[in-house]
Amino acid sequence: MIGEGISRTDGPVKVTGRAHYSLERQEPGQALYGHIVGAGIGYGRIARIDASAAERVTGVHLVWTYHNAPDQGSPEGPEGDMMDRARPEFVSDRIDYYGMPVAFVIADSFEIARHAAGLVEVEYEAEPGRYVLATPAKTAQWKSETRIGDVDAIMAEAVNSVDQLYSTPYHFGQPMEPNACLADWRDGHLTLFLTAQMLNQLISGLAATVKLDRNQITIDSAYVGGGFGSKIVLHAEAVLASLATMHLNQPVKVAFTRRQIFTLVGHRPASISRVRLAATPEGQLTAVGHDAAIQISPSEAWDEAVSSVGRALYATPNLLTRQLHQTLDMKAAEPVRGPGELAGLMVFESAVDELAEQLGVDPVELRIRNDTDYDPDKELPLSGRRLVDCLREGAEQFGWSERPRTATRRDGRWMIGYGVASSMRGHFQTSAEALVRIDPEGWVLVRSDMTDIGTGTYTIVAQVVAEVLGVPMSVVRVELANSNHPKGNGAGGSWGAANTTVSVDRACSTLLERIRAAAGTTYNDIFAEVRRHFPDGLEAIGRQLAGSEDPNYQTFSQYTYGASFAEVGVDIDTGEVRLRRMLGVFAAGRILNRKTARSQLIGGMIWGVGAALHEEAAVDPRFGSWVNGDFAEYLIPTHADIPAIDAIMLDDFDERANHLGVKGIGELGAGGTGGSVANAVYNATGVRIRDFPITLGKLLPHLPRDR
Amino acid sequence: MKPFSYERPATPAEAIEAAARPGARIIAGGTNLLDLMKLGIEGPAHIVDINRIGLDRIEDTPEGGLRIGALVRNADLAAHPRVRQHYPVLTRALVSGASGQLRNKASVSGNLMQRTRCPYFYNTDMACNKRRPGSGCSAIGGVGHNFAVLGASDACIATHPSDMCVALRALDAVVEIESAGAKRSIAIADFHLLPGDTPHLETALQPGELITGIVLPSPLAGTQIYRKVRDRASYAFANVSMALVATVEHGEVVVERLAFGGLALKPWRVEAAERGPRDPDAIADIVLAGAKSCTETAYKLPLVSRMLAAALETVQ
Amino acid sequence: MTDTDGAVVEPVRVSFTINGGLLTLELDPRVTLATALREHLGLTGTKIGCDQGQCGACTVLVNGRRINSCLTLAVMHEGDSIATVEGLGTPEVLHPMQAAFIEHDGFQCGYCTPGQILSSLAVIEEIRAGMPSHVTGSLEGPVPLSDEEIRERMSGNLCRCAAYPNIIAAIRDYAGAKP
Repeated sequence: MIGEGISRTDGPVKVTGRAHYSLERQEPGQALYGHIVGAGIGYGRIARIDASAAERVTGVHLVWTYHNAPDQGSPEGPEGDMMDRARPEFVSDRIDYYGMPVAFVIADSFEIARHAAGLVEVEYEAEPGRYVLATPAKTAQWKSETRIGDVDAIMAEAVNSVDQLYSTPYHFGQPMEPNACLADWRDGHLTLFLTAQMLNQLISGLAATVKLDRNQITIDSAYVGGGFGSKIVLHAEAVLASLATMHLNQPVKVAFTRRQIFTLVGHRPASISRVRLAATPEGQLTAVGHDAAIQISPSEAWDEAVSSVGRALYATPNLLTRQLHQTLDMKAAEPVRGPGELAGLMVFESAVDELAEQLGVDPVELRIRNDTDYDPDKELPLSGRRLVDCLREGAEQFGWSERPRTATRRDGRWMIGYGVASSMRGHFQTSAEALVRIDPEGWVLVRSDMTDIGTGTYTIVAQVVAEVLGVPMSVVRVELANSNHPKGNGAGGSWGAANTTVSVDRACSTLLERIRAAAGTTYNDIFAEVRRHFPDGLEAIGRQLAGSEDPNYQTFSQYTYGASFAEVGVDIDTGEVRLRRMLGVFAAGRILNRKTARSQLIGGMIWGVGAALHEEAAVDPRFGSWVNGDFAEYLIPTHADIPAIDAIMLDDFDERANHLGVKGIGELGAGGTGGSVANAVYNATGVRIRDFPITLGKLLPHLPRDR
Repeated sequence: MKPFSYERPATPAEAIEAAARPGARIIAGGTNLLDLMKLGIEGPAHIVDINRIGLDRIEDTPEGGLRIGALVRNADLAAHPRVRQHYPVLTRALVSGASGQLRNKASVSGNLMQRTRCPYFYNTDMACNKRRPGSGCSAIGGVGHNFAVLGASDACIATHPSDMCVALRALDAVVEIESAGAKRSIAIADFHLLPGDTPHLETALQPGELITGIVLPSPLAGTQIYRKVRDRASYAFANVSMALVATVEHGEVVVERLAFGGLALKPWRVEAAERGPRDPDAIADIVLAGAKSCTETAYKLPLVSRMLAAALETVQ
Repeated sequence: MTDTDGAVVEPVRVSFTINGGLLTLELDPRVTLATALREHLGLTGTKIGCDQGQCGACTVLVNGRRINSCLTLAVMHEGDSIATVEGLGTPEVLHPMQAAFIEHDGFQCGYCTPGQILSSLAVIEEIRAGMPSHVTGSLEGPVPLSDEEIRERMSGNLCRCAAYPNIIAAIRDYAGAKP
């Protein structure tokens, strides 16, 4: 049962439109509609704000600005926890970032609320803001430094070396379901139907903001239309819907417009990397350096770990990785799928490709030659290290031996190239609990606050229960994503599947022990035994330790691994880049469901394609405003951009991760994939674009005229 | 969206009368107008829904051309047998634009009236002379790789987003217009206006006028090609697009018609480039006479001759 | 209802058929078809992803043709026949396309899925009717039911989970097409 490619149990409600996402929940009854007005400047203050015209619109219940907004909790300083901190709105006349809420309208209908929002008059005094990420100076104040040996000295003497600057743009999660909240204050209790990834962490910040006790708040996120990190942190829709329902004693629903998801939800920060590699002529790395500058905001410092991705990827006697935080007057950055890796591996694996080209060593072979089993940062052995297996299997299945020499293969007007890159993603473990109850009537109930954001949690939990208890999946009812359930620690960081299934498995084991103690070890029908010995049913809570408390994490450094192989075509006349095929091979512990796991890995790989070729959120350096804030201008891959793609999951079981052998896969696919696409573009054209994404406008000046 | 009253006339005459009301705006497919209304860029007081007034037929003209009703949907025009056979550049242009859903709804008259996708026009926090005459142009000095390189002014550097109009320009289409008691025709060349000092004036259509149809002259001989270059494979606006009609004379490929999208605020056609030089670079030099680019739009200039050279290679 | 700027919001009566049933509504004319379905009729299977015609999550069939329901006013649909995902199949009795999406895992979060499914049914009809697309070779012959044609035509339906290859597999399976 575990591992089988069983179709999603939530499939039937999703494909028939019966799955109700946040705003679609009917339980609270008719709700009022809120709409947020965002600041039209990047930095400065509100000189005048007048909501009277909006207030006069028939059907408007109230308009909040900083003049009349309810009292809220005070935010912590920049070092405060991302999840615990209060995030009050309308605190003062100050504008800290473009699009920051300046007014909130609540009305009888969506149309009235949005129209009235447009009638709020705001005059600003704009002040000069800092909006441009600069290339780090030599005297920069570096953070998060890992230093082994002397990279500078090796680089100074190296015959074979790469020392290049790369840049990656601001990047957004942009799930298809907008951030949205339906809030209902009733009998002193606040219920939120919220599209969210990590419920109990989010409640901390919400409680601090709206000044309630945690136990006065319930969040229900039964179906979540995609997360990718963008629904981890508390945002204005939840704060304002909560305050409004508490104030008006009516349910209130608020959704961000797509354009607001570019201003009110944090982004992956832009980065500028300097990657330095040195090697022997045979391709043995002698030095690895990665310095990365990233944007942070004055209020918060989300440390997008761009520079550290290569620390344990290859063996090297000399290592230097470090981060530089540049404070810009922009919205605070947040986790976006593959934090650190998506951008960091894309540039690091580009640099490795540059080294391979310079040495004349096959890029797969170069990576294999530098395999390691040791994490020099944690000073621990790597568990489940199977990068070489991924590379070898991928090279074989992809037909890597047919890779053309640089800029030599053509198919009509298309220049053809192959590229490879490694992926590596930390496997994290957090404390988690799950409840399993066997009902004498013949069904099993599972409860966790863990969410299914498209990850397949409903399905894999049912599979684990069915296998361990020996019951059909059809009698397993999985109730997730209610904050009153035992804490599963949410979907984020690729830890959800392992945390939850380990907890569920332990609960099931406890139940089995109790049944066997009462009924003996051989029985035919578990429900008959429960009826006989436990007529009221039987339940247990299973627990998973936090990684910091788990001996496995003190003795091994836990990662997942992968290799991706891409073939691209570049139109020699126009510079248009199109993916032709792609293969990923992954070693990520035991796979719980081969069907849903493959989907998630492929989805991640396509994120790599988007990062390499399409996605870039541009900031106007004069105003701090997002320039291309919609799906017509912020391009993500479409069907037509994605031809044949496959993901192979190696048979794997990492007993050092947990007793089920399971690790996470949500972010692994997105890891190095962008690098494989970028390297394929180089192989096709001989042109190296180090400023992502690789667009036709950047490639074209370097392409030959072919007449 | 500002409140508006709604009216659904049954005939073109009723529509013309209804559209004369103060603040009235005609809606056909609505795929551009409603987006702009939601964003507060358009705010009509009265909406005249012309979807039930007819004008949805494609007919042969006595001259051997085609008359396309104003409310023919983009998808139907692209699929029409005579368009496919005799005006393939138009079919190719239409199907390279937008998505299947949008092409099912969008009308040909609405496509003529489509407004720019300049991101500074779309962002109401930014100065834009189209949205608010005299407010300035934030796009100048701004960020974007899709600004105009031809026909722009100090007041506006936006481009026209339509694919269909580029093909219509190459085909010398004529726009038929009715107003109360009058009819007139405007050549497609004169329909869209360059920004000059008045970028808010976008077309030659006058208040009280209704587009009733588009007439295509009799078909052209030769090979017809539409090439759209864009940053992703589908569902994206053009960086540069090109409508080309070419023939072969004495073994030499001759450019008969050549129009470009993505270069200017109207489909860009320089007749002097047609039936003139044979060399793509020389033709491109004529097309691009007076072009001005910035760092981010500089790639568009070489793209013109590269696209043309590649297309001419395929003409036999 | 009178507004500050003196504009009068007159509700407009509109009647249309949804999934075979005739309905009459009195609506603020600003209400889009997508919002009418979701907020006035409780048919939340039609999703709003961008509300500006750039994602396809709101795709419905009107008189058999797929459109973005977010970019059309409900009152413009007098007398129209509208099909939403709720009219296709139920969790117990799935439409074969819905079953194919489940079998091939053509979704993850499921939010774009109703739009993908309605679009895919329309795409097959459009191909069979010989309507050309951007990738169609000859404009005069029949259009092949190829992966390339399906991908191009489905490109108006974004999926951020990026279930694209599985969606194509589901459509191919349903339509009995070869890769």
